Amino acid sequence: MSVKSESIQSKKDSGQDERLKKISPFRVLLNRPELGALGGSILVFIFFGIVAGDTGMFSAYGTLNFLDVSANLGIIAIAAAMLMIGGEFDLSIGSMIGFAGICIAIPAIYWGWPLWTSIIFAFAMAVLIGYFNGIMVVKTGLPSFIVTLAMLFILRGATLAITRLITGRTQVPGLRVLIEDDPIAWLFATDTFQWLFTWLGSMKLIALRTDGTPLATGIPPSVIWFIALTLFATWILMKTRYGNWIFASGGDKVGATNVGVPVGRVKISLFIGTAVASTIFACIQVLDAGSADTMRGTLKELEAIAAAVVGGCLLTGGYGSAIGAALGAIIFGTVSMGIFYTDVDTDWFKVFLGAMMLIAVVFNNYIRKKVTETK
Amino acid sequence: MSEYLVQFNNISKFFGKVIALKDVTMKLKKGEIMCLLGDNGAGKSTLIKTLAGVHKPDEGEIIFEDQKIVFDSPRDALDIGIGTVYQDLALVSLMSVTRNFFMGREPQKGLPFFRTFDIEKANTIAAERMGQIGIDVRDPSQAVGTMSGGERQCLAISRAIYFGAKVLVLDEPTSALGVHQASMVLKYIVKAASQGLAVILITHNVHHAYPVGNSFTVLNRGKSMGTFQKKDISREKLLSMMAGGEELDKLEVELKEMDRIENN
Repeated sequence: MSVKSESIQSKKDSGQDERLKKISPFRVLLNRPELGALGGSILVFIFFGIVAGDTGMFSAYGTLNFLDVSANLGIIAIAAAMLMIGGEFDLSIGSMIGFAGICIAIPAIYWGWPLWTSIIFAFAMAVLIGYFNGIMVVKTGLPSFIVTLAMLFILRGATLAITRLITGRTQVPGLRVLIEDDPIAWLFATDTFQWLFTWLGSMKLIALRTDGTPLATGIPPSVIWFIALTLFATWILMKTRYGNWIFASGGDKVGATNVGVPVGRVKISLFIGTAVASTIFACIQVLDAGSADTMRGTLKELEAIAAAVVGGCLLTGGYGSAIGAALGAIIFGTVSMGIFYTDVDTDWFKVFLGAMMLIAVVFNNYIRKKVTETK
Repeated sequence: MSEYLVQFNNISKFFGKVIALKDVTMKLKKGEIMCLLGDNGAGKSTLIKTLAGVHKPDEGEIIFEDQKIVFDSPRDALDIGIGTVYQDLALVSLMSVTRNFFMGREPQKGLPFFRTFDIEKANTIAAERMGQIGIDVRDPSQAVGTMSGGERQCLAISRAIYFGAKVLVLDEPTSALGVHQASMVLKYIVKAASQGLAVILITHNVHHAYPVGNSFTVLNRGKSMGTFQKKDISREKLLSMMAGGEELDKLEVELKEMDRIENN
């Protein structure tokens, strides 16, 4: 590593081309896709620090609250970002969440399956649906926007129809009692680091309930999943061959194919990724609420895409980052929760979401021109 | 062993009723630059794709190092050492020099399932290779979009050579370039040939082809009009053979005619 940088350094010093300016560290930073989201999230925290600093928003309980919301969105935003880098969209994320929810609830409640088998069943369905989305896009050459828009309606409709057919209702409650002693469900339903919060509570460092237990009992599973997926996705994108193929497939499909990148396989796997991420989201929410709702996840696909765009993903593909999408999700999650702690009417949240996205797109467009500007 | 590295004998390609190529023969020695000249629609693209393994020839044979070869896919052509650089270069402008250089053939390290893209090694090789051409990539992680057209062309050629091309097929490498950039690319092509590669340079620009070529094959409406050594043919003769010649003569006559009418 050091040898390499030296050899490049010496070339630079020998001054092969005197017209070249030295690149400032600022420009290097500017070339990172997550810059906008990083700046945005810092601004958001400064804003709420000033406006809501003394309201309990940043207490242990308040922090976990907005982190939980951010993390849930982040799980699907990261998968959506990877797919966008690969050059495609998935509008069926929200419907997939609803569908995965009833894939867990109906077998477990009505057919008597153990909870873990119905969770595995939901993931198997997700892989199948993701694969179908992918193969449709790759084989027909149709825009993924259209293919997954169709899937949005098909899945939401099927979710509603199947649930009503089997249960006569649109909600399937009664899952909470099944979580205990289940070999898999704890992955999506356990608060971690409870000892830490108990200890903090006993030290009177965090707020307590009247019975002496801490108000915040542990890190919610969504946050752990969110952190793990951010790290995993970043590792894939930056450090693996498959990551390079994702960028190549989204950047120039024909070129990538010509040099031997299996573009079709890459795209199909990314569609499976968004469907699986939706199912992780569904598992966490369904097990937390103890019930599956056919309308769960509505409009989540658009929030996920918005977070990815704020995080620096280009709509045309080939550029973006998982950390950016994670930061985008944190911005949305923090604002959607933080707004309760301010005097602002919560109705304004959507206005903020839209404005934020617009600014992000303008900013990203400018950055892309900077990155690709020719001499 | 014959004196030729690669021979394309009597290649024909039909698309339904259309005869795209008929009996095209080309033979290349090591270190030779053969320029394939032809106007639009002469069948250049079809020929390139046949050389690159995208199309299978309907007639004729490809002989590489004295062995008859049949390509089933572009990968096969690549594997035996026919490297094709298409006009679009297969470069992604938003990706870095290194990531482009190794696109699809990334070096890896580490244990199975945890294999990572060896980016340090890739950076070193990419910087070194580009340095050899005289292109100073200050930072191999800079986006390809920041490079000039000539530099991108050289990057694509350099990549093909690094991955084992013995025969380079270059599709219009200078067509979108200015004089300075074009001469940079042509210089690099000559250098590559001098290291023992056989180069097929496809172009419609005689002025770019003539200075660097050892031999010239002229393609017209799917047929070869013959292969000529440089000493046997002049630049003007080549130009007029590319069908453009006759057309231009005709145009000149017509212009004179118009002139005459206007003057009267």
